[in-house]
Amino acid sequence: MTAPLDRPDASARPAARGRVELDQWSVWFGATAALQDVSLAIAPGGVTALIGPSGCGKSTLLRSINRLDDATVGIRHAGHIRLDGEDVHDPRTDTSVLRQRVGMVFQRSNPFPRSVFDNVVYGPRLNGETDRRTLEEIAERSLRRAALWDEVKDRLRDSALRLSGGQQQRLCIARALANDPGVLLLDEPASALDPLATTRIEELLYDLRREVTIVIVTHNLQQAARVSDRTAFLLAGRLVEVDETARLFTSPREARTEAYITGRFG
Amino acid sequence: MTAPTLPPVAHRRPVRTDVRVDATPARGYGDRVYGVFITTCALAVPALLVLVAAVIARSAWPAIEQVGTELLVGRTWDVPRGQFGALPALLGTLASSLFALLLATPLALGVAIYVTELAPLRLRKPVAFLVDVLAAIPSVVYGLWALYVLVPFLREHAMPFLGETLGLRELALFRGPAYGPSLLAASLVLAIMVLPYIASVAREVLQAVPRAQREAALALGATRWEMVRDAVLPYARSGLVGAVILGLGRALGETMAVTMVIGNRHEVPTSLFQPAYTMASLLANEFAEASGELHLSALMAVAGLLLAITLVVNAIARWLVWRMERRA
Repeated sequence: MTAPLDRPDASARPAARGRVELDQWSVWFGATAALQDVSLAIAPGGVTALIGPSGCGKSTLLRSINRLDDATVGIRHAGHIRLDGEDVHDPRTDTSVLRQRVGMVFQRSNPFPRSVFDNVVYGPRLNGETDRRTLEEIAERSLRRAALWDEVKDRLRDSALRLSGGQQQRLCIARALANDPGVLLLDEPASALDPLATTRIEELLYDLRREVTIVIVTHNLQQAARVSDRTAFLLAGRLVEVDETARLFTSPREARTEAYITGRFG
Repeated sequence: MTAPTLPPVAHRRPVRTDVRVDATPARGYGDRVYGVFITTCALAVPALLVLVAAVIARSAWPAIEQVGTELLVGRTWDVPRGQFGALPALLGTLASSLFALLLATPLALGVAIYVTELAPLRLRKPVAFLVDVLAAIPSVVYGLWALYVLVPFLREHAMPFLGETLGLRELALFRGPAYGPSLLAASLVLAIMVLPYIASVAREVLQAVPRAQREAALALGATRWEMVRDAVLPYARSGLVGAVILGLGRALGETMAVTMVIGNRHEVPTSLFQPAYTMASLLANEFAEASGELHLSALMAVAGLLLAITLVVNAIARWLVWRMERRA
């Protein structure tokens, strides 16, 4: 068994962090298998897209990486998930620390009904950061990374709910980045946004890929093709194929993958 | 029911424009009767309130004319001499209700948070059910329990402990001999009685907080408690205020149990240990044997005052909830 996760030491940060490895990972909800024997290695940096029809287990996979389904009734799992070599599901792992190292953005933007500033620095404040100037620096850096700073720098005290839908979603990305995670999980982050806002999110992911490992679930195959370096295709809880995005979309090895990406089912 | 098959178009009767054909006559009649009936029912409720207020105002008028502001500010309630100052009862009502709320709110919110957020799943329903059952116990049963259990306990143990052992009798709020029947006893029994109302509404409000808000906090590294504090409670705030005010409304009007333990002494309450009076107790005690027109009229004025206070409290609650919703 590998060592449990510990709070990362900022000074000794490894050159490449954010490696995620799934090893024979299976999840059941009650008697229903949601994921079965998924083995998948995600290298640090870059964008990995998870595609597949509804109910194929891609969201469950995503939520396994930050253990967000821990409290779900009747959930069981088998296998291992490792983050930078450490076992995520080890009982000794502190989920708070884990979730700061693995940020997550949801399908519908979910800012707290507070100011833009209070939203961004929520994570650092949980960690006990109270120094005003440090928080302001974190807020500016995170908002810049999320390509939102120029639009909100004069509105930091305004309620986050006054921002547009696309801005709210980028605020949620900034909020996740404020914890300086090694991995960023995105669960259909643009499916509730208009095309322009979607484009901005996609551009943002392109910029972020160098600094953080991005895993994105999407229903939109064009989006997967545009933003990701690698794509994994899941079907009925099993990993069918994972490959370089360009190759998977042009010459898939599996007939089922080809059927899905050419729109014959799903 | 299967849809009736229409004859071919060509064989249908020509459309007549001189009669309504959008519904069969019987059905239209039924709809109208139902409409009138349901409208009457809906209007009857506000009409009843207006009627009650009107009757009270009319009956209270002689006292308002003769006693005037003395009703509101007078401290003496002396029926034979025609002195009707309801200030002690007014203050007693407010004090017992507010103190009850002070005790019940943290407990009720604690129960609601425990049941919705923290309790093991197997415990949630039973605990919620038991708390709800508190609301089903008749008022007089609470009164009897308070009279035979709570009051002796206060007299023998709690009051001496608070006053002597903790030395709180130096404070005005805890001064006076430990009789037992007191503002404190009334507040405690009221607190137990309003707790299930606050807890039950608070539970609904907490359950209505979207999962997205909870997961937002969790995904950023919040613990379960931090999630409740930062995502659930702020989101539910206006609803929780509504729950508390609902409890206040209940406490203000509660009569039976309070009358049994408050001591019914017509004095402005200055200590929790003192016997006191409430408007509802005053009405309950004196209505049956009201002597003379003026006495009855003065009691009606007190009833009107109680009605007005509960209406104002509810209006304030509405306003608070509305204001918080606008700010969010």
